[in-house]
Amino acid sequence: MEVVSAIRSGDESAMAHLYDKYSSIVYSVALRVLADTGAAEDVLQEVFMQLWRNPGAFDASRGNIAPWLAVIARNRAIDSLRRRQPETDIEDVIVSVEPDMAGDAERSRAMEKVRSALGSMPAPQRSALEMAYFEGLTHTEIAEKTGEPLGTVKTRIRAGLMALRKVFA
Amino acid sequence: MSAHQQFADDLALYALGALQGDERAALEKHLETCADCRRELDQLRGDMALMAMSAAGPKPPQRSKQRLMSAIAKEPRHRAEPQRRGWLGWIPWVITAAAAFAVGSLLLQNSQLEEDLAEAKSQLSSSQTELQKAKEVVATLTASDAMRVTLVAAKTPPQPQGKAIYLKDRSSLIFLANNMPVLPAQKVYELWLIPKTGNPIPAGVFKPDAHGSATVVNPPLPAGVEAKAFAITVEPESGSAAPTSPVLMVGAGE
Repeated sequence: MEVVSAIRSGDESAMAHLYDKYSSIVYSVALRVLADTGAAEDVLQEVFMQLWRNPGAFDASRGNIAPWLAVIARNRAIDSLRRRQPETDIEDVIVSVEPDMAGDAERSRAMEKVRSALGSMPAPQRSALEMAYFEGLTHTEIAEKTGEPLGTVKTRIRAGLMALRKVFA
Repeated sequence: MSAHQQFADDLALYALGALQGDERAALEKHLETCADCRRELDQLRGDMALMAMSAAGPKPPQRSKQRLMSAIAKEPRHRAEPQRRGWLGWIPWVITAAAAFAVGSLLLQNSQLEEDLAEAKSQLSSSQTELQKAKEVVATLTASDAMRVTLVAAKTPPQPQGKAIYLKDRSSLIFLANNMPVLPAQKVYELWLIPKTGNPIPAGVFKPDAHGSATVVNPPLPAGVEAKAFAITVEPESGSAAPTSPVLMVGAGE
């Protein structure tokens, strides 16, 4: 990815370009998790600063940068929500996504598909997945909150992720 | 996957960062030796990314960009010198040695940090510079558009070559291959760490690019294994937990 090579060589305008293209996804994910615009802006700043300091962390051979940034934004936002130190180094985040998300059109098509898959999930499955994903709750916490057995919660979360995968199979 | 059904639900939780305590430790131990589950974990992380993308919509305020750009301006990055980059592109093996050296010198500096608190601050900053250099080196090594040249004795046809650099204490492995023959469809090369005792350990699969080059950087490996040799076999596309074909290339440690 050329723009990542440019960032690697310290090109600030390449960083501005990357920001224009992907700040929305990073901010959206952080905002969904934190429900606070100021805190989401802080995560946005942190994610892009990390990429600036360490552009080599993104491995272009493993996939597109949009889903990679989205996952890092999610992880950082959860860390911030739970007021804990970052648990994973951005270099340890490896995301291989099947659908091509390099172009804006492909990306928005993929998002639509994901949304519709979420929409057609049984409500308890969707809610378990969203609690684990966007609220950063452990399966124990979800089980306590919903009053359901641990095993059921675990299975629902996995089945939810599998259902998303199936959309692109 | 069926043999690993008991870990299937835990893997999803692990990918989400929601698995804790004993269950997490048990799964991590299993992952060290199970290529199937490592692949499934990769897939689940991809599924997670799809989930993240579902939140897309809101745009950040304009001030966020100004804030980022002024923070970046305050942290100019060291621009790589053109001469150095060209040289690195030409001699991959030398870069590998440089990467190993940089990592090695980091280790030394780290131990010094512990011994000498008074110098901690300057040491840390120097460690970070070294680390940044090492990262840049690895980035060059793994760049898909890097030029890779293997030098051999004149008038000798190029032979397949692999070079593994392995740091046992960090379970860190960098592997580079050149002139690798093209593989049939649905086949991959698999790299194996041959321990001093015990069975070969999977150390990553790879497919060479159009020029026959490939890299494997830090595949998941069990901690602190003493390696006797490294070997390559041809395996089905999903990789194998144990070699299923004869060893194609092998090299023992010096």
